[in-house]
Amino acid sequence: MNTVTSLKDTKFFARQERVALRNCGIINPELIDEYIARDGYQALGKALKTMSAQEVIDTVKDSGLRGRGGGGFSTGMKWQFAKNSENDVKYVCCNADEGDPGAFMDRSILEGDPHALIEAMTIAGYAIGANQGYIYVRAEYPIAIRRLEIAIKQACEYGLLGKNIFDSGFDFELELRLGSGAFVCGEETALMTSIEGNRGEPRPRPPFPAVKGLFEKPTILNNVETYANIPTIILKGADWFASKGTQGSKGTKVFCVVGNINNTGLVEVPMGTTLREVVEEIGGGIPNGKKFKAAQTGGPSGGCIPASLIDTKIDYDNLTAIGAMMGSGGLIVMDEDTCMVDIAKFFLDFTVDESCGKCTSCRIGTKRLLQMLDDITLGKSSLEDLDKMEELCHYIKDNSLCALGQTAPNPVLSTLKYFREEYEAHVVEKRCPAGICKDLVTFEIVEEKCIGCTACVRVCPVFAIDGKVKSPHTISQEKCIKCGACFEKCKFDAIIKK
Amino acid sequence: MKSLKTLEELSALKAEALKSSNLGEDTTTTRVVVGMATCGISAGATPVYEAMVEQVSKKAPDIMVSKTGCIGICCMEPIVEVHEPGKEKVTYVFMTPEKVEKIVDQHLLKNQVVEEYTIGAKE
Repeated sequence: MNTVTSLKDTKFFARQERVALRNCGIINPELIDEYIARDGYQALGKALKTMSAQEVIDTVKDSGLRGRGGGGFSTGMKWQFAKNSENDVKYVCCNADEGDPGAFMDRSILEGDPHALIEAMTIAGYAIGANQGYIYVRAEYPIAIRRLEIAIKQACEYGLLGKNIFDSGFDFELELRLGSGAFVCGEETALMTSIEGNRGEPRPRPPFPAVKGLFEKPTILNNVETYANIPTIILKGADWFASKGTQGSKGTKVFCVVGNINNTGLVEVPMGTTLREVVEEIGGGIPNGKKFKAAQTGGPSGGCIPASLIDTKIDYDNLTAIGAMMGSGGLIVMDEDTCMVDIAKFFLDFTVDESCGKCTSCRIGTKRLLQMLDDITLGKSSLEDLDKMEELCHYIKDNSLCALGQTAPNPVLSTLKYFREEYEAHVVEKRCPAGICKDLVTFEIVEEKCIGCTACVRVCPVFAIDGKVKSPHTISQEKCIKCGACFEKCKFDAIIKK
Repeated sequence: MKSLKTLEELSALKAEALKSSNLGEDTTTTRVVVGMATCGISAGATPVYEAMVEQVSKKAPDIMVSKTGCIGICCMEPIVEVHEPGKEKVTYVFMTPEKVEKIVDQHLLKNQVVEEYTIGAKE
């Protein structure tokens, strides 16, 4: 026990810097007055009263803010394209359809600081010349939806949404659209198709949304976290924001640190923080004294970062260079007991379920890829199959219309790149080094170590262990279902996993 | 409620809100927050919040109790933080309705931090 009594003084918090999460965990998200007390809507006032639309866009451009949903495209440039598109009707959309397994950055912002999003979208509307905004939020976030509804109602009451905001002649309305949990709707064109009331399927680009987006009108679509940065950028200026982070990636990034890590949670650090700092200091290391093996960023679209690259400075360009990607901010930490083939299989299983089915390469390709991974974990593959699998990965990437298909093979490619020897152990030696793939694992009793306590006999659910008290036991391999219960139970390390 | 039309009106509202919410630096009243995002609620923050509201309204009605979003360290939810004027906040983790009473009686009423429930005791 140490004498720290405040979260602020913990290692978990020391390296963090909160910009997008500035109000999360501080204000009551259901009271607009508390947001206003923390400089809320000052940026909107400043933009509408003292800045031209172009000045707002220039500030966002100069800040170097890049899309926090994963793509990393310059937010200011996106706004500029939409502003330059001539049309009497334009739209501002927010992508709150967070679907990566283990990611909850956007949910936390929506639940903790919904007004930040409303303020930022109104500023965006003013900048590009739009009077209508849509927040596309998944129906699985009921608390976020409720707090957004409350926030929109309160903003309307104060005249911060609606007609003639701040007496500037600018009108802006905001509506929610609920997504029904299809992962593909996080893709921008599928999201807009879904808002239009159609089945959520992506469409070809160009035309890009900034030219022809929602209802065929110029549209900008940004992620929740991207928007959450906007009010502070407008208020404190582009230089302030650009002073944080690295050369190509400015500001801070929110991560959800999950998996085999002591401190699971929501973390915001300046770009350029190393993975080691996030895992070992903020995350408090790996539980049970295990070793760090890899971290997966970008969820099912991303790749893994192996332990050898733990000192990588996290930013868009570095992560892309090593075959992973920034993604929306999910950071899944894996310890030495993780099988990388099994992890690739887990993510592929997810994309197979979530592929919308429009492109053959994605619909059938991911299915075949999953079967190939399955065969590897069953010990039915050869080295040749690994090459075929790699070829299929590239085929899927090259032939899919949207990012879902284009990135679906990433977990396979990056684990193949950094953990090829693990795939080879499965294929050649028919062995799973981490002891996860059941069909390649056997449990055996070491005669010399077994004292005959019968603990394993009693715990075995299928009566596969024979043996008398005080004489060594044996496991019947025919009966064994490889549940590992005996392995966990044995206090004398007499049971080994091969 | 009237519409805000000028920056001056917004600033006036901010000043008022700082006072009513106890969020200002010159505040004189204690503010207690309970992390009530999905992570907190799923770990049992609702009964903690209800117990806090009940206890405080009974024993120390001047103190403000508020819900808030995700405080960050989700693995230690439910979390309660006590912000006292002029002091570093105190973070209580793994809260239960039973622990609330002790925090109200010892910390809020007698100004003694219940160290065994703080984040330092669990880190």
